[in-house]
Amino acid sequence: MSIYLDFEEPINALEQQIAKAQDIGKDAELDMTDKIKELEDKLESKTKEIFSNLTPWQRVQLSRHPERPYTLAYIEAITQGDFQELHGDRNVSDDKAMVGGWGSIDGKTVMFVGQQKGMNTKMRQYRNFGMANPEGYRKALRLMKLAEKFNKPIVTFIDTPGAFPGLEAEERGQGEAIARNIYEMMNIKVPIICIIIGEGASGGALGIGVGDKVIMLENTWYSVISPESCSSILWRSWDYKEKAAEALKLTSEDMKRLKLVDGIIKEPINGAHRNPEEMFATVKREVKRHITLLSKIDPAERCEKRMNKFTEMGVFK
Amino acid sequence: MVWFKRKLEGIQTSTKDKKETPEGLWYKCPKCQTVVTTEDHISNFFVCERCSFHERIGSEEYFQLFFDDAKYKEIDKKLKSGDPLEFEDTKKYVDRIKQTQKKSGLTDAIRTAYGKIDGQDFVIAAMDFSFIGGSLGSVMGEKIARAIDKAIKLKAPFMIVSKSGGARMMEAGLSLMQMAKVSAKLNQLSEAKLPYISFLTDPTTGGVTASFAMLGDINIAEPDALIAFAGPRVVKETIGRDLPPGFQRSEFVLEHGFLDYIVERHDLKKEVSKSVRFFMN
Ligand SMILES: [Zn+2]
Repeated sequence: MSIYLDFEEPINALEQQIAKAQDIGKDAELDMTDKIKELEDKLESKTKEIFSNLTPWQRVQLSRHPERPYTLAYIEAITQGDFQELHGDRNVSDDKAMVGGWGSIDGKTVMFVGQQKGMNTKMRQYRNFGMANPEGYRKALRLMKLAEKFNKPIVTFIDTPGAFPGLEAEERGQGEAIARNIYEMMNIKVPIICIIIGEGASGGALGIGVGDKVIMLENTWYSVISPESCSSILWRSWDYKEKAAEALKLTSEDMKRLKLVDGIIKEPINGAHRNPEEMFATVKREVKRHITLLSKIDPAERCEKRMNKFTEMGVFK
Repeated sequence: MVWFKRKLEGIQTSTKDKKETPEGLWYKCPKCQTVVTTEDHISNFFVCERCSFHERIGSEEYFQLFFDDAKYKEIDKKLKSGDPLEFEDTKKYVDRIKQTQKKSGLTDAIRTAYGKIDGQDFVIAAMDFSFIGGSLGSVMGEKIARAIDKAIKLKAPFMIVSKSGGARMMEAGLSLMQMAKVSAKLNQLSEAKLPYISFLTDPTTGGVTASFAMLGDINIAEPDALIAFAGPRVVKETIGRDLPPGFQRSEFVLEHGFLDYIVERHDLKKEVSKSVRFFMN
Protein backbone atom coordinates (compact mmCIF):
# COMPACT_ATOMS: atom_id res chain seq x y z
CA MET A 1 0.00 0.00 0.00
CA SER A 2 1.47 3.31 -1.02
CA ILE A 3 1.54 6.33 1.23
CA TYR A 4 0.08 9.55 -0.12
CA LEU A 5 0.75 13.05 1.13
CA ASP A 6 -2.25 15.36 1.55
CA PHE A 7 -1.67 17.10 -1.77
CA GLU A 8 -1.15 13.75 -3.53
CA GLU A 9 -4.70 12.61 -2.61
CA PRO A 10 -6.29 13.42 -6.02
CA ILE A 11 -3.64 11.13 -7.56
CA ASN A 12 -4.51 8.40 -5.09
CA ALA A 13 -8.23 8.75 -5.93
CA LEU A 14 -7.62 8.46 -9.67
CA GLU A 15 -5.31 5.49 -9.24
CA GLN A 16 -7.99 3.73 -7.23
CA GLN A 17 -10.57 4.46 -9.91
CA ILE A 18 -8.27 3.01 -12.55
CA ALA A 19 -7.67 -0.11 -10.46
CA LYS A 20 -11.43 -0.51 -10.01
CA ALA A 21 -12.07 -0.11 -13.71
CA GLN A 22 -9.45 -2.74 -14.45
CA ASP A 23 -11.10 -5.12 -11.97
CA ILE A 24 -14.52 -4.57 -13.52
CA GLY A 25 -13.03 -5.14 -16.96
CA LYS A 26 -11.59 -8.45 -15.80
CA ASP A 27 -14.56 -9.73 -13.78
CA ALA A 28 -17.42 -8.73 -16.05
CA GLU A 29 -15.45 -9.08 -19.19
CA LEU A 30 -16.68 -5.65 -20.15
CA ASP A 31 -14.59 -3.57 -22.40
CA MET A 32 -13.28 -0.85 -20.09
CA THR A 33 -10.42 0.17 -22.37
CA ASP A 34 -11.88 3.59 -23.21
CA LYS A 35 -12.83 4.31 -19.62
CA ILE A 36 -9.36 3.32 -18.40
CA LYS A 37 -7.69 5.38 -21.09
CA GLU A 38 -9.77 8.38 -20.08
CA LEU A 39 -8.86 7.94 -16.42
CA GLU A 40 -5.19 7.49 -17.24
CA ASP A 41 -5.16 10.71 -19.26
CA LYS A 42 -6.83 12.42 -16.36
CA LEU A 43 -4.24 10.99 -13.95
CA GLU A 44 -1.42 12.19 -16.13
CA SER A 45 -2.69 15.74 -16.40
CA LYS A 46 -3.60 15.85 -12.70
CA THR A 47 -0.12 14.62 -11.75
CA LYS A 48 1.45 17.22 -14.00
CA GLU A 49 -0.78 19.91 -12.54
CA ILE A 50 0.07 19.02 -8.94
CA PHE A 51 3.77 18.51 -9.45
CA SER A 52 4.34 21.62 -11.54
CA ASN A 53 2.79 23.86 -8.89
CA LEU A 54 4.45 22.58 -5.75
CA THR A 55 4.91 25.03 -2.89
CA PRO A 56 8.23 25.06 -1.03
CA TRP A 57 6.58 23.33 1.94
CA GLN A 58 5.20 20.59 -0.33
CA ARG A 59 8.71 20.00 -1.63
CA VAL A 60 9.90 19.69 1.96
CA GLN A 61 7.16 17.09 2.50
CA LEU A 62 8.26 15.23 -0.63
CA SER A 63 11.90 15.29 0.47
CA ARG A 64 10.78 13.39 3.58
CA HIS A 65 8.33 11.06 1.87
CA PRO A 66 8.67 7.72 3.68
CA GLU A 67 8.82 5.86 0.37
CA ARG A 68 11.56 8.04 -1.08
CA PRO A 69 14.71 6.06 -1.85
CA TYR A 70 17.59 6.51 0.58
CA THR A 71 21.36 6.49 0.13
CA LEU A 72 21.99 2.71 0.12
CA ALA A 73 19.25 2.20 -2.45
CA TYR A 74 20.97 4.68 -4.79
CA ILE A 75 24.34 3.01 -4.24
CA GLU A 76 22.92 -0.47 -4.83
CA ALA A 77 21.23 0.61 -8.04
CA ILE A 78 24.09 2.68 -9.42
CA THR A 79 26.68 -0.02 -8.75
CA GLN A 80 24.27 -2.84 -9.68
CA GLY A 81 25.09 -4.37 -6.32
CA ASP A 82 28.85 -4.19 -6.79
CA PHE A 83 29.41 -2.35 -3.52
CA GLN A 84 31.33 -3.09 -0.34
CA GLU A 85 30.39 -1.19 2.77
CA LEU A 86 33.27 -0.03 4.98
CA HIS A 87 32.69 0.67 8.65
CA GLY A 88 34.01 2.70 11.54
CA ASP A 89 35.88 5.88 12.28
CA ARG A 90 38.90 4.04 13.81
CA ASN A 91 38.41 5.95 17.05
CA VAL A 92 35.11 5.44 18.79
CA SER A 93 32.52 3.49 16.85
CA ASP A 94 30.64 2.80 13.66
CA ASP A 95 27.91 5.35 13.06
CA LYS A 96 24.85 3.75 11.47
CA ALA A 97 23.48 7.11 10.32
CA MET A 98 26.42 7.55 7.96
CA VAL A 99 27.34 4.85 5.46
CA GLY A 100 30.09 4.52 2.92
CA GLY A 101 32.30 2.25 0.93
CA TRP A 102 33.74 1.29 -2.44
CA GLY A 103 31.46 0.64 -5.34
CA SER A 104 31.88 0.39 -9.04
CA ILE A 105 30.12 2.27 -11.78
CA ASP A 106 30.44 0.32 -15.00
CA GLY A 107 33.80 -1.07 -13.94
CA LYS A 108 35.28 2.08 -12.39
CA THR A 109 35.80 2.31 -8.63
CA VAL A 110 34.08 5.13 -6.78
CA MET A 111 33.93 5.99 -3.06
CA PHE A 112 30.39 6.49 -1.85
CA VAL A 113 29.46 8.29 1.36
CA GLY A 114 26.06 9.36 2.64
CA GLN A 115 23.59 9.69 5.47
CA GLN A 116 21.23 6.75 5.75
CA LYS A 117 17.65 6.84 6.98
CA GLY A 118 15.63 3.77 7.98
CA MET A 119 12.71 2.26 6.09
CA ASN A 120 10.57 1.30 9.10
CA THR A 121 10.23 2.21 12.76
CA LYS A 122 12.93 -0.18 13.89
CA MET A 123 15.37 0.78 11.17
CA ARG A 124 14.69 4.48 11.61
CA GLN A 125 15.91 4.15 15.19
CA TYR A 126 18.84 2.00 14.12
CA ARG A 127 19.85 4.72 11.64
CA ASN A 128 19.14 7.45 14.19
CA PHE A 129 16.82 9.09 11.63
CA GLY A 130 19.80 9.96 9.46
CA MET A 131 21.31 12.17 12.16
CA ALA A 132 25.02 11.38 12.34
CA ASN A 133 27.23 11.67 15.42
CA PRO A 134 30.81 12.99 15.17
CA GLU A 135 31.92 9.41 14.42
CA GLY A 136 29.80 9.48 11.28
CA TYR A 137 31.53 12.58 9.98
CA ARG A 138 34.93 11.18 10.93
CA LYS A 139 34.16 7.90 9.17
CA ALA A 140 33.11 9.90 6.11
CA LEU A 141 36.39 11.81 6.18
CA ARG A 142 38.41 8.63 6.64
CA LEU A 143 36.77 7.13 3.57
CA MET A 144 37.22 10.29 1.51
CA LYS A 145 40.92 10.39 2.41
CA LEU A 146 41.13 6.75 1.37
CA ALA A 147 39.63 7.67 -1.98
CA GLU A 148 42.15 10.48 -2.34
CA LYS A 149 45.04 8.14 -1.58
CA PHE A 150 43.96 5.70 -4.27
CA ASN A 151 42.88 8.40 -6.70
CA LYS A 152 39.20 7.45 -6.90
CA PRO A 153 36.35 9.93 -7.30
CA ILE A 154 33.94 10.56 -4.42
CA VAL A 155 30.16 10.70 -4.54
CA THR A 156 28.25 11.83 -1.46
CA PHE A 157 24.52 11.46 -0.93
CA ILE A 158 23.04 14.01 1.44
CA ASP A 159 19.85 13.21 3.31
CA THR A 160 19.69 14.42 6.89
CA PRO A 161 17.40 16.38 9.20
CA GLY A 162 20.60 17.58 10.88
CA ALA A 163 23.64 16.39 12.79
CA PHE A 164 22.61 14.67 16.02
CA PRO A 165 22.28 17.18 18.92
CA GLY A 166 23.02 14.67 21.69
CA LEU A 167 25.11 14.85 24.84
CA GLU A 168 27.81 12.45 23.67
CA ALA A 169 27.87 14.13 20.29
CA GLU A 170 28.75 17.39 22.01
CA GLU A 171 31.34 15.71 24.24
CA ARG A 172 33.05 14.17 21.25
CA GLY A 173 33.08 17.40 19.26
CA GLN A 174 30.21 17.45 16.79
CA GLY A 175 31.20 20.97 15.80
CA GLU A 176 34.84 20.03 15.28
CA ALA A 177 33.95 16.95 13.25
CA ILE A 178 31.76 18.89 10.82
CA ALA A 179 34.25 21.77 10.65
CA ARG A 180 37.11 19.39 9.88
CA ASN A 181 35.18 17.76 7.04
CA ILE A 182 34.27 21.07 5.44
CA TYR A 183 37.87 22.22 5.67
CA GLU A 184 39.42 18.99 4.39
CA MET A 185 36.92 18.47 1.58
CA MET A 186 37.98 21.81 0.08
CA ASN A 187 41.36 20.37 -0.73
CA ILE A 188 40.84 16.67 -1.42
CA LYS A 189 42.59 16.05 -4.69
CA VAL A 190 40.02 13.81 -6.38
CA PRO A 191 36.68 14.79 -7.96
CA ILE A 192 33.86 15.19 -5.42
CA ILE A 193 30.21 15.14 -6.44
CA CYS A 194 27.59 15.87 -3.77
CA ILE A 195 23.94 15.07 -4.38
CA ILE A 196 21.14 16.14 -2.08
CA ILE A 197 18.62 13.29 -2.40
CA GLY A 198 16.27 14.30 0.43
CA GLU A 199 16.82 16.68 3.30
CA GLY A 200 19.81 18.99 3.37
CA ALA A 201 19.70 20.40 6.87
CA SER A 202 22.38 22.83 7.82
CA GLY A 203 25.90 21.94 9.00
CA GLY A 204 24.91 18.29 9.19
CA ALA A 205 24.46 18.32 5.42
CA LEU A 206 27.42 20.58 4.64
CA GLY A 207 29.66 18.19 6.62
CA ILE A 208 29.65 15.95 3.52
CA GLY A 209 28.59 18.70 1.13
CA VAL A 210 31.72 20.37 -0.19
CA GLY A 211 32.34 19.31 -3.77
CA ASP A 212 33.21 20.26 -7.33
CA LYS A 213 29.58 19.72 -8.21
CA VAL A 214 26.83 20.10 -5.64
CA ILE A 215 23.54 19.00 -7.13
CA MET A 216 20.02 18.86 -5.74
CA LEU A 217 17.30 16.49 -6.82
CA GLU A 218 14.27 18.51 -7.86
CA ASN A 219 12.12 17.84 -4.79
CA THR A 220 14.66 18.31 -2.03
CA TRP A 221 15.57 21.15 0.27
CA TYR A 222 18.85 22.58 1.48
CA SER A 223 19.17 25.36 4.02
CA VAL A 224 20.60 26.58 7.27
CA ILE A 225 17.67 25.33 9.34
CA SER A 226 14.49 23.29 8.91
CA PRO A 227 11.30 25.28 8.29
CA GLU A 228 9.84 23.98 11.57
CA SER A 229 12.78 25.12 13.69
CA CYS A 230 12.91 28.42 11.82
CA SER A 231 9.22 28.93 12.55
CA SER A 232 9.69 28.18 16.24
CA ILE A 233 12.63 30.56 16.59
CA LEU A 234 11.63 33.52 14.41
CA TRP A 235 7.84 33.34 14.81
CA ARG A 236 8.00 31.78 18.27
CA SER A 237 5.45 29.18 17.19
CA TRP A 238 5.47 25.90 15.26
CA ASP A 239 2.59 27.10 13.07
CA TYR A 240 4.53 29.04 10.46
CA LYS A 241 6.45 26.22 8.81
CA GLU A 242 4.88 26.90 5.38
CA LYS A 243 5.80 30.56 5.64
CA ALA A 244 9.29 29.71 6.87
CA ALA A 245 9.74 27.25 3.99
CA GLU A 246 8.96 30.07 1.58
CA ALA A 247 11.12 32.64 3.34
CA LEU A 248 14.17 30.37 3.51
CA LYS A 249 14.34 29.93 -0.30
CA LEU A 250 15.33 26.34 0.30
CA THR A 251 14.13 24.67 -2.91
CA SER A 252 16.42 23.40 -5.64
CA GLU A 253 15.30 26.21 -7.96
CA ASP A 254 16.03 28.92 -5.41
CA MET A 255 19.36 27.44 -4.37
CA LYS A 256 20.41 27.20 -8.03
CA ARG A 257 19.27 30.76 -8.74
CA LEU A 258 21.31 32.00 -5.77
CA LYS A 259 24.33 30.09 -7.14
CA LEU A 260 24.62 28.09 -3.93
CA VAL A 261 24.35 24.77 -5.77
CA ASP A 262 25.60 23.86 -9.22
CA GLY A 263 22.66 22.00 -10.67
CA ILE A 264 19.30 20.30 -10.36
CA ILE A 265 18.45 16.75 -11.36
CA LYS A 266 14.90 16.37 -12.61
CA GLU A 267 12.79 13.79 -10.83
CA PRO A 268 10.23 11.49 -12.43
CA ILE A 269 7.03 13.40 -13.08
CA ASN A 270 5.38 12.16 -9.88
CA GLY A 271 8.46 12.30 -7.68
CA ALA A 272 11.43 10.01 -6.97
CA HIS A 273 9.32 7.87 -4.63
CA ARG A 274 6.86 6.79 -7.35
CA ASN A 275 9.49 5.73 -9.82
CA PRO A 276 12.80 4.96 -8.10
CA GLU A 277 14.21 3.01 -11.05
CA GLU A 278 13.89 6.00 -13.32
CA MET A 279 15.42 8.20 -10.60
CA PHE A 280 18.40 5.87 -10.13
CA ALA A 281 19.04 5.77 -13.87
CA THR A 282 19.02 9.55 -14.11
CA VAL A 283 21.32 9.96 -11.12
CA LYS A 284 23.72 7.35 -12.49
CA ARG A 285 23.85 9.12 -15.83
CA GLU A 286 24.60 12.45 -14.15
CA VAL A 287 27.25 10.99 -11.84
CA LYS A 288 29.03 9.36 -14.78
CA ARG A 289 28.88 12.53 -16.83
CA HIS A 290 30.33 14.67 -14.05
CA ILE A 291 33.07 12.19 -13.15
CA THR A 292 34.16 12.11 -16.77
CA LEU A 293 34.22 15.90 -17.05
CA LEU A 294 35.90 16.49 -13.68
CA SER A 295 38.55 13.83 -14.25
CA LYS A 296 39.86 15.83 -17.21
CA ILE A 297 40.84 18.74 -14.95
CA ASP A 298 44.24 18.90 -13.24
CA PRO A 299 43.80 18.11 -9.50
CA ALA A 300 45.30 21.38 -8.25
CA GLU A 301 43.19 23.39 -10.65
CA ARG A 302 40.10 21.41 -9.68
CA CYS A 303 40.64 22.22 -5.99
CA GLU A 304 41.28 25.87 -6.77
CA LYS A 305 38.04 26.04 -8.75
CA ARG A 306 36.20 24.31 -5.92
CA MET A 307 37.51 26.79 -3.36
CA ASN A 308 36.84 29.79 -5.58
CA LYS A 309 33.27 28.68 -6.07
CA PHE A 310 32.60 28.71 -2.34
CA THR A 311 34.63 31.89 -1.82
CA GLU A 312 32.34 33.74 -4.19
CA MET A 313 29.17 32.87 -2.28
CA GLY A 314 27.46 35.69 -0.44
CA VAL A 315 25.61 38.92 -1.12
CA PHE A 316 26.64 42.24 0.42
CA LYS A 317 27.06 45.84 -0.54
CA MET B 1 45.74 51.55 31.93
CA VAL B 2 46.33 52.28 28.30
CA TRP B 3 44.30 49.45 26.84
CA PHE B 4 40.85 50.62 27.79
CA LYS B 5 41.70 54.29 27.83
CA ARG B 6 39.52 55.25 24.91
CA LYS B 7 36.61 53.27 26.19
CA LEU B 8 37.01 54.89 29.61
CA GLU B 9 37.02 58.34 28.15
CA GLY B 10 33.95 57.47 26.13
CA ILE B 11 32.08 56.31 29.19
CA GLN B 12 33.20 59.25 31.30
CA THR B 13 31.92 61.76 28.79
CA SER B 14 28.63 59.97 28.42
CA THR B 15 28.14 59.69 32.18
CA LYS B 16 28.96 63.36 32.57
CA ASP B 17 25.98 64.09 30.36
CA LYS B 18 23.56 61.98 32.35
CA LYS B 19 24.51 62.58 35.96
CA GLU B 20 20.96 61.71 36.97
CA THR B 21 21.41 58.02 36.17
CA PRO B 22 23.65 56.52 38.85
CA GLU B 23 23.31 53.01 37.31
CA GLY B 24 25.79 54.11 34.67
CA LEU B 25 28.41 54.58 37.37
CA TRP B 26 28.11 51.17 38.97
CA TYR B 27 28.53 47.62 37.77
CA LYS B 28 26.79 44.77 39.53
CA CYS B 29 28.15 41.30 38.80
CA PRO B 30 25.29 39.07 37.64
CA LYS B 31 26.98 36.02 39.16
CA CYS B 32 28.00 37.11 42.67
CA GLN B 33 26.15 40.45 42.89
CA THR B 34 29.30 42.34 43.88
CA VAL B 35 29.02 46.04 43.07
CA VAL B 36 31.98 48.08 41.88
CA THR B 37 32.31 51.38 40.07
CA THR B 38 32.10 51.13 36.30
CA GLU B 39 35.54 52.69 36.13
CA ASP B 40 37.05 49.96 38.29
CA HIS B 41 35.17 47.33 36.36
CA ILE B 42 36.55 48.58 33.07
CA SER B 43 40.09 48.85 34.33
CA ASN B 44 39.72 45.27 35.52
CA PHE B 45 39.03 44.22 31.89
CA PHE B 46 35.27 43.88 32.53
CA VAL B 47 36.02 40.98 34.85
CA CYS B 48 34.45 40.69 38.32
CA GLU B 49 37.18 41.22 40.91
CA ARG B 50 35.54 38.87 43.34
CA CYS B 51 34.33 35.85 41.32
CA SER B 52 36.22 36.40 38.06
CA PHE B 53 33.03 36.47 35.98
CA HIS B 54 33.98 37.64 32.48
CA GLU B 55 31.43 40.10 31.20
CA ARG B 56 30.79 39.86 27.48
CA ILE B 57 32.65 42.55 25.58
CA GLY B 58 32.70 43.53 21.92
CA SER B 59 35.10 44.01 19.04
CA GLU B 60 36.20 47.47 20.19
CA GLU B 61 37.29 46.21 23.61
CA TYR B 62 39.18 43.27 22.12
CA PHE B 63 40.92 45.49 19.59
CA GLN B 64 42.01 47.82 22.38
CA LEU B 65 43.11 44.93 24.49
CA PHE B 66 45.19 43.17 21.85
CA PHE B 67 46.66 45.90 19.67
CA ASP B 68 49.70 47.82 20.95
CA ASP B 69 48.70 51.24 22.32
CA ALA B 70 45.12 50.39 21.33
CA LYS B 71 46.07 51.47 17.81
CA TYR B 72 44.66 49.67 14.81
CA LYS B 73 43.29 50.19 11.30
CA GLU B 74 39.86 48.85 10.61
CA ILE B 75 39.25 47.23 7.21
CA ASP B 76 36.05 47.06 5.12
CA LYS B 77 34.28 49.25 7.62
CA LYS B 78 31.41 50.00 5.27
CA LEU B 79 30.50 46.51 4.12
CA LYS B 80 26.77 46.01 4.67
CA SER B 81 24.21 43.30 4.30
CA GLY B 82 22.14 42.89 1.14
CA ASP B 83 18.74 41.22 1.18
CA PRO B 84 18.83 38.79 -1.73
CA LEU B 85 16.17 36.54 -0.23
CA GLU B 86 13.83 39.44 0.62
CA PHE B 87 13.48 37.70 3.92
CA GLU B 88 10.59 38.53 6.18
CA ASP B 89 9.49 36.89 9.41
CA THR B 90 7.67 39.01 11.96
CA LYS B 91 9.85 41.81 10.64
CA LYS B 92 11.50 42.56 7.32
CA TYR B 93 15.18 41.62 7.34
CA VAL B 94 16.15 45.00 5.86
CA ASP B 95 14.33 46.77 8.69
CA ARG B 96 15.88 44.51 11.29
CA ILE B 97 19.32 45.34 9.90
CA LYS B 98 18.65 49.09 9.85
CA GLN B 99 17.30 49.11 13.40
CA THR B 100 20.20 47.04 14.70
CA GLN B 101 22.69 49.29 12.96
CA LYS B 102 21.10 52.34 14.52
CA LYS B 103 20.91 50.82 17.98
CA SER B 104 24.41 49.31 18.03
CA GLY B 105 26.31 51.82 15.93
CA LEU B 106 27.78 48.82 14.09
CA THR B 107 27.39 47.84 10.43
CA ASP B 108 27.29 44.09 11.03
CA ALA B 109 28.24 41.40 13.54
CA ILE B 110 31.97 41.46 12.94
CA ARG B 111 34.76 44.03 12.65
CA THR B 112 38.16 43.33 11.16
CA ALA B 113 41.36 45.23 11.80
CA TYR B 114 45.12 45.06 11.69
CA GLY B 115 47.77 46.49 13.94
CA LYS B 116 50.60 45.17 16.08
CA ILE B 117 50.81 42.82 19.01
CA ASP B 118 54.09 43.41 20.87
CA GLY B 119 55.54 44.79 17.69
CA GLN B 120 54.42 41.93 15.45
CA ASP B 121 51.89 42.58 12.65
CA PHE B 122 48.58 40.99 13.57
CA VAL B 123 45.13 40.75 11.96
CA ILE B 124 42.01 40.26 14.06
CA ALA B 125 38.38 39.60 13.15
CA ALA B 126 36.21 40.14 16.24
CA MET B 127 32.48 39.58 16.56
CA ASP B 128 29.85 41.70 18.23
CA PHE B 129 27.13 39.69 19.93
CA SER B 130 24.94 42.79 20.16
CA PHE B 131 24.42 42.64 16.39
CA ILE B 132 21.75 39.94 15.82
CA GLY B 133 23.53 37.58 18.20
CA GLY B 134 26.86 37.81 16.41
CA SER B 135 25.26 35.85 13.60
CA LEU B 136 27.22 34.59 10.60
CA GLY B 137 25.93 35.94 7.30
CA SER B 138 27.36 37.12 3.99
CA VAL B 139 28.99 40.23 5.48
CA MET B 140 30.79 38.29 8.19
CA GLY B 141 31.95 35.69 5.66
CA GLU B 142 33.26 38.32 3.27
CA LYS B 143 34.93 40.38 6.00
CA ILE B 144 36.75 37.33 7.34
CA ALA B 145 37.74 36.38 3.79
CA ARG B 146 39.22 39.82 3.16
CA ALA B 147 40.93 39.89 6.57
CA ILE B 148 42.61 36.61 5.65
CA ASP B 149 43.77 38.21 2.38
CA LYS B 150 45.17 41.05 4.46
CA ALA B 151 47.01 38.64 6.75
CA ILE B 152 48.51 36.87 3.74
CA LYS B 153 49.56 40.23 2.27
CA LEU B 154 51.15 41.34 5.54
CA LYS B 155 52.53 37.85 6.22
CA ALA B 156 50.86 38.24 9.60
CA PRO B 157 49.20 35.80 11.96
CA PHE B 158 45.41 35.86 12.02
CA MET B 159 42.90 35.57 14.84
CA ILE B 160 39.13 35.29 14.93
CA VAL B 161 37.39 36.24 18.17
CA SER B 162 34.18 34.21 18.01
CA LYS B 163 31.08 35.27 19.92
CA SER B 164 28.08 34.06 18.02
CA GLY B 165 24.79 32.21 18.17
CA GLY B 166 25.62 30.67 14.80
CA ALA B 167 24.51 31.17 11.21
CA ARG B 168 22.08 33.99 10.45
CA MET B 169 18.71 32.49 9.63
CA MET B 170 17.57 35.48 7.59
CA GLU B 171 20.22 34.73 5.00
CA ALA B 172 19.39 31.01 5.02
CA GLY B 173 21.44 29.11 2.42
CA LEU B 174 23.80 32.04 1.98
CA SER B 175 24.66 31.95 5.68
CA LEU B 176 25.23 28.22 5.60
CA MET B 177 27.67 28.57 2.73
CA GLN B 178 29.71 31.15 4.64
CA MET B 179 30.92 28.22 6.74
CA ALA B 180 32.37 26.72 3.58
CA LYS B 181 33.61 30.07 2.31
CA VAL B 182 35.68 30.82 5.41
CA SER B 183 37.00 27.25 5.42
CA ALA B 184 38.20 27.73 1.86
CA LYS B 185 40.00 30.92 2.86
CA LEU B 186 41.57 29.17 5.85
CA ASN B 187 43.00 26.63 3.42
CA GLN B 188 44.70 29.54 1.64
CA LEU B 189 46.03 30.93 4.92
CA SER B 190 47.38 27.51 5.74
CA GLU B 191 49.00 27.32 2.31
CA ALA B 192 50.80 30.58 3.18
CA LYS B 193 52.02 28.91 6.40
CA LEU B 194 50.51 31.62 8.55
CA PRO B 195 49.04 30.75 11.92
CA TYR B 196 45.34 31.00 12.63
CA ILE B 197 44.38 31.42 16.25
CA SER B 198 40.74 30.70 17.00
CA PHE B 199 39.67 32.47 20.16
CA LEU B 200 36.30 31.29 21.47
CA THR B 201 34.39 33.54 23.83
CA ASP B 202 30.97 33.36 25.44
CA PRO B 203 28.96 32.19 23.54
CA THR B 204 30.25 30.34 20.49
CA THR B 205 27.63 28.00 19.07
CA GLY B 206 26.03 26.51 15.96
CA GLY B 207 27.50 27.07 12.54
CA VAL B 208 30.42 29.08 13.88
CA THR B 209 31.48 26.18 16.09
CA ALA B 210 30.85 23.76 13.22
CA SER B 211 33.28 25.63 11.02
CA PHE B 212 36.08 28.14 11.57
CA ALA B 213 35.92 28.41 15.39
CA MET B 214 37.05 24.78 15.68
CA LEU B 215 39.68 25.03 12.95
CA GLY B 216 42.41 27.06 14.62
CA ASP B 217 46.02 25.98 14.49
CA ILE B 218 45.35 26.55 18.13
CA ASN B 219 41.91 26.91 19.70
CA ILE B 220 41.80 28.99 22.86
CA ALA B 221 38.95 30.25 25.02
CA GLU B 222 37.98 32.56 27.83
CA PRO B 223 36.95 30.87 31.09
CA ASP B 224 33.43 29.55 31.47
CA ALA B 225 32.40 30.39 27.90
CA LEU B 226 29.56 28.42 26.35
CA ILE B 227 31.04 26.48 23.42
CA ALA B 228 28.62 24.21 21.63
CA PHE B 229 27.36 22.90 18.32
CA ALA B 230 23.79 22.32 19.52
CA GLY B 231 22.80 24.68 22.32
CA PRO B 232 22.11 23.34 25.84
CA ARG B 233 18.33 23.75 25.46
CA VAL B 234 18.28 21.58 22.33
CA VAL B 235 20.55 18.93 23.86
CA LYS B 236 18.38 18.81 26.97
CA GLU B 237 15.27 18.32 24.84
CA THR B 238 17.01 15.55 22.89
CA ILE B 239 18.14 13.53 25.88
CA GLY B 240 15.14 14.32 28.08
CA ARG B 241 17.09 14.92 31.27
CA ASP B 242 19.11 17.62 32.96
CA LEU B 243 22.59 18.38 31.74
CA PRO B 244 25.63 17.77 33.94
CA PRO B 245 27.05 20.90 35.60
CA GLY B 246 29.64 22.68 33.49
CA PHE B 247 28.42 20.97 30.31
CA GLN B 248 29.65 22.76 27.16
CA ARG B 249 31.67 25.31 29.11
CA SER B 250 35.30 26.07 28.19
CA GLU B 251 36.71 23.86 30.96
CA PHE B 252 34.55 20.93 29.77
CA VAL B 253 35.56 21.49 26.14
CA LEU B 254 39.26 21.64 27.15
CA GLU B 255 38.85 18.44 29.14
CA HIS B 256 37.40 16.70 26.06
CA GLY B 257 40.32 17.74 23.94
CA PHE B 258 39.03 20.52 21.72
CA LEU B 259 40.89 23.49 23.17
CA ASP B 260 44.61 24.17 23.55
CA TYR B 261 44.26 26.44 26.54
CA ILE B 262 41.93 28.65 28.51
CA VAL B 263 43.08 32.15 29.33
CA GLU B 264 41.81 34.78 31.74
CA ARG B 265 41.28 38.17 30.20
CA HIS B 266 44.06 39.66 32.35
CA ASP B 267 46.58 37.37 30.68
CA LEU B 268 44.98 37.37 27.26
CA LYS B 269 47.35 39.65 25.39
CA LYS B 270 50.39 38.16 27.06
CA GLU B 271 49.45 34.57 26.24
CA VAL B 272 48.29 35.24 22.68
CA SER B 273 51.41 37.26 22.03
CA LYS B 274 53.47 34.37 23.36
CA SER B 275 51.73 31.93 21.01
CA VAL B 276 52.26 34.30 18.11
CA ARG B 277 55.95 34.55 18.98
CA PHE B 278 56.36 30.76 18.96
CA PHE B 279 54.71 30.54 15.57
CA MET B 280 56.60 33.41 14.00
CA ASN B 281 60.13 33.21 15.42
ZN1 LIG C 1 31.24 38.33 40.47
